[in-house]
Amino acid sequence: MAGASAKKQPPRGGDILFNVVNYTIFALFTILCVYPFYYLIINTISSNQLSANGQINFLPREIQFQNYVSIFKLRGLPQALLVSVMRTAVGTALTVFASAFLGFMFTQEKMWKRRFWYRFMIVTMYFNAGLIPIFILMYNLHLTNNFLVYVIPGIVQPFNVILAKTYIESTPKSLQEAAEIDGAGILRIFFLVILPISVPILATIAIFCAVGQWNSFQDTLLYITDSRLYPLQYLLYTYLNSANSLATLIKNSPSMSGSAIAALATRQTPTSVRMTVSVIVVIPILLVYPWLQRYFIKGIMIGAVKG
Amino acid sequence: MAPTNDAIFYKRKNGPQKKISPGFKLFLWVLPFLILVFVFSYLPLYGWIYAFFDYRPPLKLSQCKFVGWQWFRFLFSNPTQVGQMMRVLLNTFAMSGLGILTSPLAMFFAVFLTEIHAKWFKKAVQVLTTLPNFISWVLVYSVAFSLFSSTGMVNNILQSAGAIAEPIKFLDSDSHTWLKMLLWGTWKGLGWSAIMYLATISGIDQELYEAAKVDGAGRFDLIWHITLPGLLPTYFVLLMLSVANFLSNGLDQYFVFQNAFNMTHIQVLDLYVYNLGLGNGNYALATALSMMKSLVSVVLLFFVNTLSKVMRGESIV
Repeated sequence: MAGASAKKQPPRGGDILFNVVNYTIFALFTILCVYPFYYLIINTISSNQLSANGQINFLPREIQFQNYVSIFKLRGLPQALLVSVMRTAVGTALTVFASAFLGFMFTQEKMWKRRFWYRFMIVTMYFNAGLIPIFILMYNLHLTNNFLVYVIPGIVQPFNVILAKTYIESTPKSLQEAAEIDGAGILRIFFLVILPISVPILATIAIFCAVGQWNSFQDTLLYITDSRLYPLQYLLYTYLNSANSLATLIKNSPSMSGSAIAALATRQTPTSVRMTVSVIVVIPILLVYPWLQRYFIKGIMIGAVKG
Repeated sequence: MAPTNDAIFYKRKNGPQKKISPGFKLFLWVLPFLILVFVFSYLPLYGWIYAFFDYRPPLKLSQCKFVGWQWFRFLFSNPTQVGQMMRVLLNTFAMSGLGILTSPLAMFFAVFLTEIHAKWFKKAVQVLTTLPNFISWVLVYSVAFSLFSSTGMVNNILQSAGAIAEPIKFLDSDSHTWLKMLLWGTWKGLGWSAIMYLATISGIDQELYEAAKVDGAGRFDLIWHITLPGLLPTYFVLLMLSVANFLSNGLDQYFVFQNAFNMTHIQVLDLYVYNLGLGNGNYALATALSMMKSLVSVVLLFFVNTLSKVMRGESIV
């Protein structure tokens, strides 16, 4: 390749123009995608007074990290963080387990009416009863204002089952047969043979599931009114939507009790609280998403082979 | 009859005692999960029955009056309601339509990104532009709030530069609502949508390009005659899927951006159903509406699937 391009004639004017325009457009769009997050971060670590005056646009000034200490003294916030973490951990674990288990079980040709039950599950990807009937169902099942509503309804996700099943089908059948000859039961085979070899696909499912759980907002909106069950996402939404109650909340925050002493630079403001929560919400995503992309492409390739 | 049925569940093994057949045992292992599927995906369909009653929670359904098709007729009964429905449908069609119209953008994003030869630059663009896809709409709104509210960055800069006297109301107004929603959607999704096309491009046979170059083809010839035709099948599938989802704009984006000012242009079908049902407590009417939406969506899905079978000889679902 390199040799071939070296032999090429020198670039023409049109080519140079094309490249300049092409690089510029991509650079601009990339900045557009990244700058808002950068803006949030530099504002939360700069003096809150400068930030409130709109003086922090490109570089942080009078750097301080007090915002990230004060924020946890705000009523409701530690609880929301706990809810977010719990739903992400529990929800992801359950979904990953179910996807692997069902994916494996549906490769077992002996299963009674296997094709029928597989389709029974898959077809649910293509219809939806609608918001209100599902809401009424959750209400009747006593899942409203219940933490379980975050983790139970999403346990079986047909798409993830397809991914796991396709992956398991691609692994050598002889592994299972050898275990069977050794007298291992189906559960032993699943836990000792299938789970270890399925780690790559399960990692993919886990990471997608975790981001989905962490970002989820709609289920709280629909099924939860008890503020102790609000995850960070929903708390952030309430902060964005009710400036007045946020201002009161800050006034009553213990970190403000010595407000006479609290310097203007580190005193919490509605804006500083909103931005700090936003950064806390985005940081886990920032840490994992570059991997997601790689896994996703792999997932697509596997998923393309329909189960 | 009975013995044959029995044989499915039991297998006679050396004599009279019965044992559960291994196939049925496997089924029993997945049964708990199938029950979950039934409860959360099939059982809600039973809830469609609420559309035919004058349902008023906390009353039980049995205590409510059966009203037949009344709610369905109500949706198109008086001029005010018809006007409301038309606006909601127009918003839905506009958002989905604009989404479909701009869908080739992702394809061109991938094509032109492939033309970039600096590996690090390409990699950086690819990774950084997918970031917005992984954040929630609440966070997008938080970003929008920080940048575009009346005390946000953009207004601050414009005011201190003396370009404007009063802050521009980017969020609390109804100007260009469709366009703004489209732009936020594009900002969030463009980089990510391009990934699929980038993967497809990397699968195109390199020899095609080499052969065309030998024949003297220029950059745009290669794009036009090799890359784009190679991407069309992927584009077609994605296009069909977005047609199938024509009525489903999703709730999150429109919910977080809605306010008293932009309601006329932001209320898409999903948001309307939410506002009717959980906002105003009119469960029956909202159910009637989501029922119609679900039915139309299934019909659309069948339609695009058939279309795909006819045109490509391959179904998409």
